[in-house]
Amino acid sequence: MSEASDTVLTTQDGRPLKASLRKALRREKLRAFLLIAPLLLFVIVTFVLPIADMLLRSVENSIVEETLPKTVQALASWDPTSGKLPDEAVFAALAADLKVAVKEKTHTRLGSRLNYEQTGMSSLFRKTGRHVKKMKEGPYKEQFLEVDKDWGDLDVWQTLKRFSPPYTAGYYLAAVDAQQTPDGIQMKPEDQRVYLLLFGRTLFLSIVITVSCLVLGYPIAFILAALPLRTSNLLMILVLLPFWTSLLVRTSAWKVLLQQQGVINDFLVWIGVVSNTDRLVMINNQTGTIIAMTHILLPFMILPLYSVMKTISPSYVRAAKSLGATDWTAFWRVYFPQSVPGIGAGAVLVFILAIGYYITPELVGGTSGIFISNRIAYHISSSLNWGLGAALGTMLLAAVLILFIVYDKIVGIDNVKLG
Amino acid sequence: MADNRGAAVRYENVQKSYDGETLVVKNLNLDIPPGEFLTMLGPSGSGKTTCLMMLAGFEPATHGEIFLNDRPINNVPPHKRGIGMVFQNYALFPHMSVAENLAFPLQVRKMGKAEQQEKVKRALEMVELGDFGNRRPAQLSGGQQQRVAVARALVFDPELVLMDEPLGALDKQLREQMQYEIKHIHENLGVTVVYVTHDQTEALTMSDRVAVFNDGIIQQLSTPDSLYEDPQNSFVAQFIGENNKLDGKVVEVNGSQCLVELGDGTRLKADKVNVSGVGDKTTLSLRPERVEFDPSDQMDNLVKGRIEELIYLGDHIRVRMNVAGNDEFVVKVRNRGEKRKLETGDIVPIGWSLNDCKALDAVA
Repeated sequence: MSEASDTVLTTQDGRPLKASLRKALRREKLRAFLLIAPLLLFVIVTFVLPIADMLLRSVENSIVEETLPKTVQALASWDPTSGKLPDEAVFAALAADLKVAVKEKTHTRLGSRLNYEQTGMSSLFRKTGRHVKKMKEGPYKEQFLEVDKDWGDLDVWQTLKRFSPPYTAGYYLAAVDAQQTPDGIQMKPEDQRVYLLLFGRTLFLSIVITVSCLVLGYPIAFILAALPLRTSNLLMILVLLPFWTSLLVRTSAWKVLLQQQGVINDFLVWIGVVSNTDRLVMINNQTGTIIAMTHILLPFMILPLYSVMKTISPSYVRAAKSLGATDWTAFWRVYFPQSVPGIGAGAVLVFILAIGYYITPELVGGTSGIFISNRIAYHISSSLNWGLGAALGTMLLAAVLILFIVYDKIVGIDNVKLG
Repeated sequence: MADNRGAAVRYENVQKSYDGETLVVKNLNLDIPPGEFLTMLGPSGSGKTTCLMMLAGFEPATHGEIFLNDRPINNVPPHKRGIGMVFQNYALFPHMSVAENLAFPLQVRKMGKAEQQEKVKRALEMVELGDFGNRRPAQLSGGQQQRVAVARALVFDPELVLMDEPLGALDKQLREQMQYEIKHIHENLGVTVVYVTHDQTEALTMSDRVAVFNDGIIQQLSTPDSLYEDPQNSFVAQFIGENNKLDGKVVEVNGSQCLVELGDGTRLKADKVNVSGVGDKTTLSLRPERVEFDPSDQMDNLVKGRIEELIYLGDHIRVRMNVAGNDEFVVKVRNRGEKRKLETGDIVPIGWSLNDCKALDAVA
């Protein structure tokens, strides 16, 4: 090797072989790239950019600085822990900023942004905005206090100061039920905590759904793999049929089945298992979410399991039996270990789909069966607190990635076979 | 020694059908004495593998009874039969190491750890893979996997070992080598072996007796040499070794001999094996290496043939000729280093002894 490196291999006309090879391959690479370019562009525009935007939104906080530039500057020298209100210079800056903001009608947006952090901010800014034009030259502090006595509240100023930097961890703190106080980061009062509970429930329900999919799906996949191809293809249609039915229809069907006056309860009452007065509550709670989502995600467990089991030759089990193993030993020690890659693939697929599921928990989950994604949707479309929604979404994404890495470390992602 | 025992394996009137319409195995009766190496040979679909699977317990017999050491086993599940088996693609458990594979039958028999290790070690040494215990099957070559499969089938000391085309996946050279190894293992251990293959060379090389299967029936059950020398019917004659066919009609019977007239009027003397009498249609079977060029006048059969094609094969020369209107007539001439004087287009006299020419049932 060391000797050969002295003489560079060349082509017949004396060019270095490597350069020549690169040139020959460049055309092919370019062609290959052009083929995937549309998809790449599509993915970047519809997937990568939105995710980047979401990540940015979860920490972005330039609205305070943009709307109240002078105030932010003036507040820099104020010590929020001093116990005193900011001095006249700050009030003057606020008045100047608000006059501009009212003209541009941005003060209400700032109000609703700060309202996420402290209730009352929205109406405070709205009210002040109406009066700021009429304010006279001269000491502003009294005029502000006259408009609304909240301007004499230390909390208002502390909040304003805390959220004046262009980036904030506030959304993430809110997403884990914490908040920033002048005394540092603290958990919110117990009765205001929502998100940790929701994250925990999302994880727990996703695990329950994954396990029930596995318990129900494994025997089905096993039978499908063992049957002759003609029969198994027919049965496979039954597995795939739900795929071809609208998600909403399937979920609504569960509503019909599971509700208290529904088919299942009626049947149970009829055969006398349940009395008419205490019918089972199976919907608008966790039970409903688990049942409906297990049903919807079952094919995602069966298909990878089936494709892995299909590759396990029946001669392994036969060999085990001929060597003296009972049916159970042959299954447990020989068949099952070989089906683990399918379990891994199915479980990862179902779990990741479940953890971000939205429609089904929304429709059948009631209040106790909803997922973190329902809360994200609420913040994106109802409360319009996109920053918090983005922070929750980012955390969900991070949780999935962490689980994926843990899974890779324990099981090995190369053991996962989808077919 | 063990001859006073009954047969190690006995099939009694065994029939097998998968669909209830056709019989895959038609009334099989077969005794396999202890210590014998018996090969079931036949083309695919002849029922040989089904017979093996019934013996192993993976397929129930539709009718009849199979005995293992005089014990009926129709209702004994496979894992209680104590039969070692080598599968077509070895069926080594891919998630276990070689040593774990070998220990598996010992573990399920709840054998002590020390004894297990001892037996695994001995089995690995028997197949000359002493250092390979920690490897995964996928890390072994085909031949090594094959040996592990054999060792695993033998490690729990079964009296009977079944092999289902175990050499099918190996290349030619390795296959030949493994044939001898399996044969030697059989000789050393004295186990009974039932071996299934469609490869006649394999069957002839290894077996004490060969059962030739076709159409669900044993066509002939005998030692390798008599299978080749004395085929009982046309199927066996054609399936084992190379064979020239000449179709004709019996015109005269004389004790164990007969005279056969071919389509073009040529009359040939033949050994009467599978024809009943004068007027029967028959197919004469003749091995290519038993035909002589320039025969002496005392030869039983003397004809003339036209050389159509010469193929040089090193140790012999294959001559395709047109004899009595049949241009698929093949003669093998040993290469003795003489100057070859055969030329395509020559018409030469050839001859053969009547004992080498068998009058068998007519091929339709």
